Amino acid sequence: MSEHFDAIVVGAGPAGNSAALVMAKAGLKVLQIERGETAGAKNVQGAILYADALERLIPEFRDEAPLERHVVEQRVWLLDERSHTGAHYRSDDFNEDRPNRYTILRATFDQWFAAKVREAGALQITDTTVTELVRDEGGRVIGVETDRDGAPLYADVVVLGEGVNGLVGQRAGVRPELDPQHVALAVKETIFLSEEAVQDRFNLDGEDEGVVIEVMGSVSAGMVGTGFLYTNRESISLGVGCLLSDFQETQIPAYVLLDRMKSHPSIAPLIRDGETKEYVAHLIPEGGYDAIPNLSGDGWAIVGDAGQFVNSAHREGSNLAMTTGRLAGETVAALKREGLACNEANLKRYRHALEQSFVMKDLKKYRRLPGVLHGNKHLLTAYPRAISQAMQTFLRVDDVDKRSKERRMMSQFRAARGGWWNVFTDALKMARAWR
Amino acid sequence: MDAVFDHDTDPEDPGRRGLNLVVCIKQVPDSAQIRVHPVTNTIMRQGVPTIINPYDLFALEEAMRLRDQYGGEVTVLSMGPPMAEEALRRALGLGADKAVLITDRRFAGADTLATSYALASALAKLGAERPIDVVFTGKQTIDGDTAQVGPGVARRLGLNQLTYVAAIDLLDRATGEIVVRRRAEGGLQVLSSRLPCLVTVLEGVNEIRRGSIEDMLRAARAEVTVWSAADAGIEDPQQCGLKGSPTLVKRVFAPTPREESAEMVAVDGKRPAQIADAVLDLVFAHAPKLETELGAAPSEKERR
Repeated sequence: MSEHFDAIVVGAGPAGNSAALVMAKAGLKVLQIERGETAGAKNVQGAILYADALERLIPEFRDEAPLERHVVEQRVWLLDERSHTGAHYRSDDFNEDRPNRYTILRATFDQWFAAKVREAGALQITDTTVTELVRDEGGRVIGVETDRDGAPLYADVVVLGEGVNGLVGQRAGVRPELDPQHVALAVKETIFLSEEAVQDRFNLDGEDEGVVIEVMGSVSAGMVGTGFLYTNRESISLGVGCLLSDFQETQIPAYVLLDRMKSHPSIAPLIRDGETKEYVAHLIPEGGYDAIPNLSGDGWAIVGDAGQFVNSAHREGSNLAMTTGRLAGETVAALKREGLACNEANLKRYRHALEQSFVMKDLKKYRRLPGVLHGNKHLLTAYPRAISQAMQTFLRVDDVDKRSKERRMMSQFRAARGGWWNVFTDALKMARAWR
Repeated sequence: MDAVFDHDTDPEDPGRRGLNLVVCIKQVPDSAQIRVHPVTNTIMRQGVPTIINPYDLFALEEAMRLRDQYGGEVTVLSMGPPMAEEALRRALGLGADKAVLITDRRFAGADTLATSYALASALAKLGAERPIDVVFTGKQTIDGDTAQVGPGVARRLGLNQLTYVAAIDLLDRATGEIVVRRRAEGGLQVLSSRLPCLVTVLEGVNEIRRGSIEDMLRAARAEVTVWSAADAGIEDPQQCGLKGSPTLVKRVFAPTPREESAEMVAVDGKRPAQIADAVLDLVFAHAPKLETELGAAPSEKERR
């Protein structure tokens, strides 16, 4: 006997959980299928939780969710081999009743999130991999096959929240194969430190305040990529990610990059004596707006990383996943309510809802950025070094007069890019990409 | 208590409903992923994934095989905190039919004596509803390693106990007989017992099945029966939890890591015999006595 559901959600990450939660709350009969042994077992993120997207789904989450620290300080560091030039922004305003950003550990957070989905009434099975989409004679998706014995499972709509490298959509031809230029490979360690050590080293007041450091420059060894360091309650998440195509080209192993970052003189003291508890690697979809596949069709929709929903410029992903999941869920729930079929024409409402939201607006804004960075890797190498040189010239006190120093700084800067014209065109390119 | 296991007193079951098998399982932290707090030396349980005690899975599979062969049902029973329901649900997904969790603040801090008391009470209650044929447990748990709870339960219920069972050769409800092979020092024993009895199953004797999609859906929907101490028919709370546990944990400490001194040996040539000789030379250099002791065996060089 095979069962029929209103919706089957593939994956229990932020996107799948959000879609399943919304539909279950709307009274739909929802089945969620996760391949990991528990929800979150396969999920990897930095991880920063952006509160707004979750608050729209679970307004009371701050009272229940396993959160680490809320972010009171953001640092951006440009690294060369031995130095960093940084901008820090810290504000007591971030110590608000409803903080905007939190560090989280995904393993525990995802289990909590998945439990909320079950509470909302969705049926959830784990340790089960969806292998195929089942279609009727007309090509409409009507269900899924899994890697377990038994009949196919049927549903009016299948929501694919299977993650960046999920194979179901690719196999079914609803998602293209990943392009190495459209994905970053990120590696991360979770390094244990005592609560006091975390607070002392990052000037944090108490167990709730946290710091985020985004790192650019030598950390990516000439590849397009960035590094990060986030403070958790009793640990530090530290990682680095670069485009997969660049890793292929340079043949630099990802762990070497991470080790190099850990031993950088600006970073090593922050993690000294820490014990590495976890080492993980993950792909991040960074193709941006132009890499977004078709998002829905007859009986199916795509949410989260599976749809390339990551804003790499702002390191946002899980919030886009939650928002796309929510909007897909709301679309399906509305169609059900109106007695309409989940066919290709009707599911276009989901894309429309996305276009109205910050998700598509932001991705559209940065659509040129991946291409510009890919074609102009010197932006990530020449400038951090030039700035570091300039800072040293500026700060060292000796018998050189200040005007000469300024001249030297300017010529060093120009030399770093082989002439002012190049500096000018770089600025223009970046401005266009950012516009 | 053993009267409740007596099938003759069960008017409803003239042997048609098949076996009633109960498997005791425990949710344990995945010991492969446990960390000791480097400062306080306490075990960090937070964030450590939990699993069903791996030895219990062999017991569960053995029980399900009997069920598949003779008919009947398999109930999984666990004592633990409310979150142990997750382990029971996982067991349902593997193919168990029913699940019972006994959970109560009063159970906290239980040693093997108190645990066997609570489990035995719950088993007696289950047996009163319908006589049990066999109670299964794993050989031991990976977090306690005592192998005491199974025998403790058997003793309290007055059941014969068959420990370290490697195979069940026969189960005959008509004659009330079970024949098992038990691994013992020096060989394999073939033992026969009357039913009901308690069987603790050895590791590696079977492979836990992968439940079907129907099993998984059933498990996701199933209501796990949750009993408090009173629900489980526990008469004497003094025998539960910390109060009922004569075992005292004096101190928990992390073993001091051994100074590992590994040595790399570079060998010219790729022939296994050359490599072996080089390694042996080095071993003998460290332990000259060993060479004379092993002197009888000629090395590759000498043979040539």
